[in-house]
Amino acid sequence: MSTDLSPTPPAAADPGSRGAAPAVARLLVESVRRNTRQYGMLFALGLIVLLFQIWTGGDLLLPRNVSNLVLQNSYILILAIGMMIVIISGHIDLSVGSLTALVGAVAAVLMVEHQLAWPLAVVVTLLIGAAAGAVQGFFIAYVGIPSFIVTLAGMLLFRGLTEIFLRGQTLGPFPEGLQKVANGFLPEVGPVTNYHNLTLLLGLGVIALVVNQEIRNRARQAEFDLAPLPKNLFVLKLVALIAAITVATLLLASYKGAPVVLIVLAVLLVCFGYVMRNVVVGRHVYAIGGNLPAAKLSGVKDRKVTFAVFLNMGMLAALAGLVFAARFNAASPKAGINFELEAIAAAFIGGASMSGGVGTVLGAVIGGLVLGVLNNGMNLVGIGTDWQQVIKGLALLAAVGFDVWNKRRAGS
Amino acid sequence: MTPKAPTAGPDRDAADGPVLDMRAISKTFSGVKALSEVNLRVRRGEVHALCGENGAGKSTLMKVLSGVHPHGSYEGEIRYEGEECRFRDIRASERSGIVIIHQELALVPQLSIAENIFLGHEPARRGVITWPATLRRAAELLRRVGLEEHPQTRVADIGVSKQQLVEIAKALAKDVGLLILDEPTAALNDEDSAQLLRLIDELKNQGITSIIISHKLGEIAQVADSVTVLRDGRTVETLDLKDPETTEERIIRSMVGRSLDSRFPDRTPCAAPPAPAPALEIRDWTVGHPVDHQRKVVDGVSLRVERGEIVGIAGLMGAGRTELAMSVFGRSYGRYLSGTVLRDGAEARTRTVPEAVDAGIAYVTEDRKHYGLDLQDSVSRNISLASLSRLARRGVVDAHQERVVAEEFRRTMNIRTRTVFDQVGRLSGGNQQKVVLSKWILAGPEVLILDEPTRGVDVGAKYEIYTVIDRLTAEGKAVLMISSELPELLGMCDRVYTMAAGRITGESARAEADQELLMRYMTHDPAVPAPRHPAPHEGLTDEH
Repeated sequence: MSTDLSPTPPAAADPGSRGAAPAVARLLVESVRRNTRQYGMLFALGLIVLLFQIWTGGDLLLPRNVSNLVLQNSYILILAIGMMIVIISGHIDLSVGSLTALVGAVAAVLMVEHQLAWPLAVVVTLLIGAAAGAVQGFFIAYVGIPSFIVTLAGMLLFRGLTEIFLRGQTLGPFPEGLQKVANGFLPEVGPVTNYHNLTLLLGLGVIALVVNQEIRNRARQAEFDLAPLPKNLFVLKLVALIAAITVATLLLASYKGAPVVLIVLAVLLVCFGYVMRNVVVGRHVYAIGGNLPAAKLSGVKDRKVTFAVFLNMGMLAALAGLVFAARFNAASPKAGINFELEAIAAAFIGGASMSGGVGTVLGAVIGGLVLGVLNNGMNLVGIGTDWQQVIKGLALLAAVGFDVWNKRRAGS
Repeated sequence: MTPKAPTAGPDRDAADGPVLDMRAISKTFSGVKALSEVNLRVRRGEVHALCGENGAGKSTLMKVLSGVHPHGSYEGEIRYEGEECRFRDIRASERSGIVIIHQELALVPQLSIAENIFLGHEPARRGVITWPATLRRAAELLRRVGLEEHPQTRVADIGVSKQQLVEIAKALAKDVGLLILDEPTAALNDEDSAQLLRLIDELKNQGITSIIISHKLGEIAQVADSVTVLRDGRTVETLDLKDPETTEERIIRSMVGRSLDSRFPDRTPCAAPPAPAPALEIRDWTVGHPVDHQRKVVDGVSLRVERGEIVGIAGLMGAGRTELAMSVFGRSYGRYLSGTVLRDGAEARTRTVPEAVDAGIAYVTEDRKHYGLDLQDSVSRNISLASLSRLARRGVVDAHQERVVAEEFRRTMNIRTRTVFDQVGRLSGGNQQKVVLSKWILAGPEVLILDEPTRGVDVGAKYEIYTVIDRLTAEGKAVLMISSELPELLGMCDRVYTMAAGRITGESARAEADQELLMRYMTHDPAVPAPRHPAPHEGLTDEH
């Protein structure tokens, strides 16, 4: 997932400013200026990690806890990715919490009561999630009911269906295979070292991919005569990226290895990040959220795009529901309560705008991690859930407040 | 700091001094000078007209005066009633008795007339509105402006002309001393206009000074005592309307300032060979109002545009020009009733925007902020939005190619921006317009419908945009240009159609057209039999 941590748009080089140190500084400033929000959040995340690392006496970044952090937050992060896209399109989805519960319930009924093979059940439940999203998307895009209302109805409806399916009971346990995927780690292979071999290999693979991608990117910029980053800055960027990936890899490899869910998350992040940046549909999502009439007059098929956004959200909610249910090894009628709010908060902390058209998938993940680290860190130092809520509320307010203030300062 | 402008009889009213004295006002918007050292003196109890072409700086000057642009954001000095004013916002200027009524009315349609009149300073005791007093005072004010409506009527239920009167009542409720009216009659018919002008005259007798911004010189001659002319952000002169020397021609000369020729590039002849059929032909196009099913907004319009030709559409507000253009472009406005669109002689499908784009038609909106641009997105992404699928391979946009294209437009269109990644919202109006144009040129259309392509654009950028239009037609594109500025139409177009009340009321070739002729067609009521003047479009209409 580190590929995405580089400054997002193609580098901000000013022609005729290669080499000299002040020019490099200016480039950095320029790049930060253009992505204040994302760098700001990354900085805030770093600060929070540092704070709790000190406060917990180093417990936060213990390999075991890092693994935990990933597992604990995986479903919220999956939801946040979808939610960010929904919010960029200028909508909101309140139903995802209930939908995760419903999907968990359906999965439990299929696997536990009817002994359906788990891979088949996974496919069926993902399709059910997509269908639920599609129905909501139909009402929003083609009937024209505001998304707030449609998904509020969905929130009640899906919660009710969950209780009906489960008859108010908790249903479990899930087949071992599914648990291994949702809650487990990459398998152990090869000779015994102090580290988890497969994770190390994976880390190396990611480094190779990232470096390759960056170099190709730079070559293309040169080919198009687009004034790429100066060489020394480019090397600096590569070194920073490699260092970040190495640290993360070593952390994970010194415990049980990379959780399977982390791989899933990384794939989602890279794919959706790519779609939103470079694929026509993704760009149309930004356009309809940023200025719907202008998008329509530019030939964007706004209804199809809106429909697709909600279909996608439904599928991701189903995925999150499966991960959640498998992690707790049971489907409960009370699962997923307030998940939609956590996902929405993550998106807004990560740079979404109420009016739509703004935000990145990476931002959603950063926002989700801010909340996750806050949760985890406060648990470690023994702050009760009562105060945790208060602090998370303040964090949301502070993040968005900073954004508003920053915009006003830049705007006038 | 003496005013440079020659004022008519400065000595005569030196005794009690001007009620308003704006001196050397300068205002810059992101590097573009909107006002430079403008002077305006208004005598007590007069109606003072402010004239000038679009973009001359009239509205900006009034925004400075009313505190929309707060003290500190402009240079110069404002003295009202002999005291220097440093308004922080509109409320501050209103407290001094300066009230501005904008062209777009600032009423809340769902509230009643009375609630609107007292919006922001409701008669109340300890925070609780005293309804009897509110209604009584509202009724009084309505009598004063001559509006026979119950104060509890919803504003949404009364017409535009009555809403205008509510605005004036609202101003009177604020104890107005200086009333500023920005194009008050633009949306009114003649009868309502006359009534409004009478009211302004009456308010003058009650001791209220007015500044009226208007394009209609006849109106100014009727109601105003003196007129100040602005041009390109500078004061040209102030004329006394009682002076017999001050004729309409005199004011027009002052407004235009230069000969028309130098403001438009010479047309380059079209290189492409003549085509057998017009690039765009519209036949019997009729469009219904989106809500009011009885009303036809566009009624039986037929027109054609040849390759390499610039064809203008002139018309007053509400003539149906934009509605015609938007309904042709993928039926983006109203309900389609009848008509066909032909491209190069063959019928074209233009039922949706993508179909219209595929048919080689582009529509550049008059309202770039709402319909043209995503202001928070970058220059390059705005340029590419209508052409993403062409910039993409298997659905993936080539980000490098996109940037190269954007850089190219930045150069050829002379878009003044630091980088192509800057937010479009940060650019000046002229540069934003160039971005919208770039977007549609990139889409590669054969026919461009340009709706007010130079609205809100400063003079220098206007010339650049005209040059671009000329370049397009030289390449063989067809351009249909809607404009409210007659000099622009006469300076750029080969032919000009005029519209009124949804119908074509005239068609004139460049050689035979002048502003007076166009204005006669534009103000012609199409319900009455056509005036006797060659109207060749009638031959084109398909009479079934």
